[in-house]
Amino acid sequence: MEEILEILEKNSRYTMEQIAVMTGKSEEDVQKAIEKYEKDEVIVGYTTLVNWDKTGKESVVAMIEVKLTPQRGEGFDKVAERIYKFPEVKSCYLMSGSYDLTVIIEGKTIKEVALFVAEKLAPLESVLSTATHFVLKKYKDKGTIFEDKSQDKREAIFI
Amino acid sequence: MKPEKMILQKILDIPPSGIRKYFDLLNEMKDVISLGVGEPDFTTPWNVSEAGIYSLEKGHTHYSSNSGMLKLRETISQYMKRKYNLDYEAKNQVLVTVGGSEGIDLALRTLVGPGDEVIIPEPSFVAYQGCTKLTGATPVIINLRAEDQFKLTPEQLEKALSPRTKVVIIPYPNNPTGAIMNSDELSAIVKILKDKDLIVISDEIYAELTYEGKHVSIAGFKGMKDKTIVINGFSKAFAMTGWRLGYVCGHTSFITAMNKIHQYAIMCAPTTAQHAAIEALTNGDAAVDEMVREYNRRRRVLVDGFRKMGLDCFEPLGAFYVFPSIQKTGLSSEEFCEKLLLTEKVLVVPGTAFGEVGEGFIRVSYASSMKNIMEALKRIKRFISVIT
Repeated sequence: MEEILEILEKNSRYTMEQIAVMTGKSEEDVQKAIEKYEKDEVIVGYTTLVNWDKTGKESVVAMIEVKLTPQRGEGFDKVAERIYKFPEVKSCYLMSGSYDLTVIIEGKTIKEVALFVAEKLAPLESVLSTATHFVLKKYKDKGTIFEDKSQDKREAIFI
Repeated sequence: MKPEKMILQKILDIPPSGIRKYFDLLNEMKDVISLGVGEPDFTTPWNVSEAGIYSLEKGHTHYSSNSGMLKLRETISQYMKRKYNLDYEAKNQVLVTVGGSEGIDLALRTLVGPGDEVIIPEPSFVAYQGCTKLTGATPVIINLRAEDQFKLTPEQLEKALSPRTKVVIIPYPNNPTGAIMNSDELSAIVKILKDKDLIVISDEIYAELTYEGKHVSIAGFKGMKDKTIVINGFSKAFAMTGWRLGYVCGHTSFITAMNKIHQYAIMCAPTTAQHAAIEALTNGDAAVDEMVREYNRRRRVLVDGFRKMGLDCFEPLGAFYVFPSIQKTGLSSEEFCEKLLLTEKVLVVPGTAFGEVGEGFIRVSYASSMKNIMEALKRIKRFISVIT
């Protein structure tokens, strides 16, 4: 049944009927499987991959390395929660290596993101230090290449 | 001197490609969805391409041995064992060719000439008949039937055999029908062939694109290995059509003989492609698996789509083609394809391009994105509702 997840991960707009045909299962089975995935929070949401650069919307994305002091009995989870609950935080990962959290922030301007780091993130008690890296260009996101100019280059050949 | 007078009659006799005119039309039109092409829409897996690039950077730009790099032949030998449980010695039972097509040509040129008969089940890849005729041998066509799901039946084979039969071509998984032959079905064929003095050319270029069960090679049956020449290659499974690389496996005598033609005509297969091919066979399984799963989904969508339009469409279990019957529309295959292209801008290939028996059918390739396939189905449905 994991094939359903693979299909939806690529394109969540397929209908139950289309997925049923693709997987060779009944529509009812597909519906049940998806409902179960949603209930079990295997599927946690449906989103659209947008290339904002092509729209008029101004947007800045930054990846912030955060070093933390772990809290006794809670490790990093509690402080991570304080951080990821900010709506500006789009993604938040606990990392191995030289820093602890990767926090991905989206804002309208560089100033807005910088202010968020300076006013909200850095002053948190457990935060030892932050390093902010602004994204200059997105080449590929979630498996999709942006501005993919690859067209069908196959020649008409008789085979 | 008139140049055309100098050309051999048998070359002049080769008919122009049956679908050339559609391709010419295609080039003049915009926004056509082509389900006419017989090659993967995927590009070669990057690790494979990268291995080719790396070989160039390292300066591996020379000829390889005539029969192909030994390392590649060893890898092919291991791959044949791993995938199809076939044992071939890398040193003298494997020949690396320029695509599977060269393998077909070499095998036929090595084995047949005037007076010999070559049994060719149709519809199938056009090169079998073309290459047979070039040798001066006589093609004996078996007209496969939709009610048999385009499988070769023992009865049909028996009827086609004659004392002059030298070669039987077994083209499965099949282009253009998508038919496969499972172990039981092949076994019935083997019973007829195993004690006869003839050779099987088994074209298994689509072997990895099998959607139910695993591909079975006729060479694996008892008594068949020494009388079977297996054709395979990298084009379809690894999406490497442009690299032009295939291989042939068979008895030492056959490989040695084929290598004689190969060394004069080709010298050796492209070295860059050979380096890439080693990577494909060694680390390509995951990429092939992903492509196969995607093809399988598209296959189901197409079959379901045609059936919902009311067309008879048997379930193809191999290659990347669906071969629905369009007899209900009252149009000939050529009319159907031409009108569909002109009115709805969808290119499919008339079944007649693969033998006269293909009349009443069209070949639809699912080597195209799901988006294209879904849009093409919409257009074909509209087309059929208008003409019927």
